Amino acid sequence: MNFTEFFISFPEMSKESLRLFKKSLDGAYRNFSREYGDAIEAVFDPVLYFLVWFEKILQNSPWPVVIIVFLLLIYYGSRSVALTISSLFAFLLIGYFGMWDDTMSTVSIIGVCTLMSIGLGIPIGILMSGSDRARAAITPILDIMQTMPSFVYLIPVVMLLGIGKIPGLLAVIIYAIPPIIRLTDLGIREVNKEVLEAADAFGANRTQKLFRVQLPLALPTIFAGINQTIMMALAMVVIASMIGVKGLGQPVLKAITNQYFTMGLLNGLAIVALAIIFDRVSQSFGKRMQQYRAGANE
Amino acid sequence: MSEIKIKIENLYKIFGSRPREYTDIVRDGVDKDELLSKYNHVLGLDNISLDIKEHSIQVVMGLSGSGKSTLIRHINRLIEPTEGTVTVDGEDITKLNKMDLLEFRRNKTGMVFQRFALFPHQNILDNVQFGLSIKNLDKSDSIERAMYWIEKVGLTGFENKFPNQLSGGMQQRVGLARALATDPDILLMDEAFSALDPLIRTDMQDQLLDLQKNLNKTIMFITHDLDEALKLGDRIAILNGGKLVQDGNAEEILLKPADQYVANFVKDVNRIKVLKIKTILDQGGERANSNPTVNVNDSIENCLPAILESQSGLNVIDEKNNFVGSVSKNKIIDILQKSKD
Repeated sequence: MNFTEFFISFPEMSKESLRLFKKSLDGAYRNFSREYGDAIEAVFDPVLYFLVWFEKILQNSPWPVVIIVFLLLIYYGSRSVALTISSLFAFLLIGYFGMWDDTMSTVSIIGVCTLMSIGLGIPIGILMSGSDRARAAITPILDIMQTMPSFVYLIPVVMLLGIGKIPGLLAVIIYAIPPIIRLTDLGIREVNKEVLEAADAFGANRTQKLFRVQLPLALPTIFAGINQTIMMALAMVVIASMIGVKGLGQPVLKAITNQYFTMGLLNGLAIVALAIIFDRVSQSFGKRMQQYRAGANE
Repeated sequence: MSEIKIKIENLYKIFGSRPREYTDIVRDGVDKDELLSKYNHVLGLDNISLDIKEHSIQVVMGLSGSGKSTLIRHINRLIEPTEGTVTVDGEDITKLNKMDLLEFRRNKTGMVFQRFALFPHQNILDNVQFGLSIKNLDKSDSIERAMYWIEKVGLTGFENKFPNQLSGGMQQRVGLARALATDPDILLMDEAFSALDPLIRTDMQDQLLDLQKNLNKTIMFITHDLDEALKLGDRIAILNGGKLVQDGNAEEILLKPADQYVANFVKDVNRIKVLKIKTILDQGGERANSNPTVNVNDSIENCLPAILESQSGLNVIDEKNNFVGSVSKNKIIDILQKSKD
């Protein structure tokens, strides 16, 4: 009868060994984080200083100055008067409804995360585009980063670094960096083979090919990646607030737990407004960089 | 004038996962089709030996798949040979290390591509400057040189346009200027005019011949168009299935085709348009004053009116107006008859 038993219920590992397995893994990780937690935290100190410094500047500068600087950046990026004026109203409303400081915190963490994602992601993407082996190794890691529920990797991060800005920053970057890596790789691989051959024929070395031909031609695709990265970083704001990241996520979290409908709605709308502004600006900036493609229609 | 610039010796190229294992059987006579069907390797070049003289235009002709584009890419080693050597100015370029190969490409060769392969993100000036900027030359010097070539190919005023704002013919002029800007000895032209429409193509051919008069480059020109080959080539090499079947000047190709493949290739050509008087000349003899006089470099077609007027034939003179021989009327009628077949 053991035979039918085998097919009906899955032959599981015994409860005892499973418990042992979990316990030893947890124990090992706990020891690791006790041992090295401080050292790893120290590694991130410069990032933390930078983040705090950036946040302070945004929060302590007079709000009209901040708004004017933002509007200038928005206009420079998008060259759209309509978007600049709408953004002005959005910022004024955000301030009027008392969300100014939280919004500045969110902008600062999104800004730092995006910069770090670009700084790490583009070199990784270049590495992937140059080697099929690197691509085969990195792609599954990116798949994990994008599909693993963020709470799961928050557990070890919090165990290691505690609650605060840095774990939040890491969580956001883990979630937001894959698009820029993937699209850098894709953009470089998509560069026309004939154009590359021409660069070879004129004696361009690897670096010259990369910086004069491959990266400039991949730039529009890379920019689509940057845009995606910003959007995904914004989507993580609420989750990051659960581990102590200040910003618009915290009032949303409070609203969820206490059923404050209006509070949730206002802060949610502020996140949406930021998302739209970031998206439109980065998209039209990316589009302007590939003007040469539409040149024939001038 | 007759120095050999590029010497290709026993060049083999086999594409596939283990090309070296198959050179021996190819040498023993396995052909392209058999190598593909039995061994799943593609025969690109099969024992090519070819000498290219300095300052000459060597045309390489063949149908698609004959290996002509593969051959031209061996001159600057965009494709590595499986076996054999390519010697340029006495130096075996198949043995160059990475750095020397880059230097060789930067200084000795310029290449023009069938589909232009311009850099779409750079304007015309930067495209033409590309080879110079790779060499890290002084900026103002390289702009000056690029502008000189832009003017030479007739594109002044377009320096700030992007490639896709230009027509095909203009784009290929940029390609030509880009290749010439580094002042290479060797110009590699891979079906450079094939993508252009017929009128522009003729235009570009004339422009190339015109430039060549002053430049005296060594040019390797790939084409599948026989008329183009006859017009441009000092010598014409014909490839079939990776093999070199004939290498000769226009007259040799037309009058003495090496095999049926070449014969088929040339059968529709208008011979009297291509052949020059010098190929049918009887040297020496006496000047017959009753007959009209023509130049050795005239085509037979251009001499037809003179033949109609003539009694028994034509007096032939060279460039310096010296009498060199004569052509009988019967011989021309003979040729006219043959070219009707």
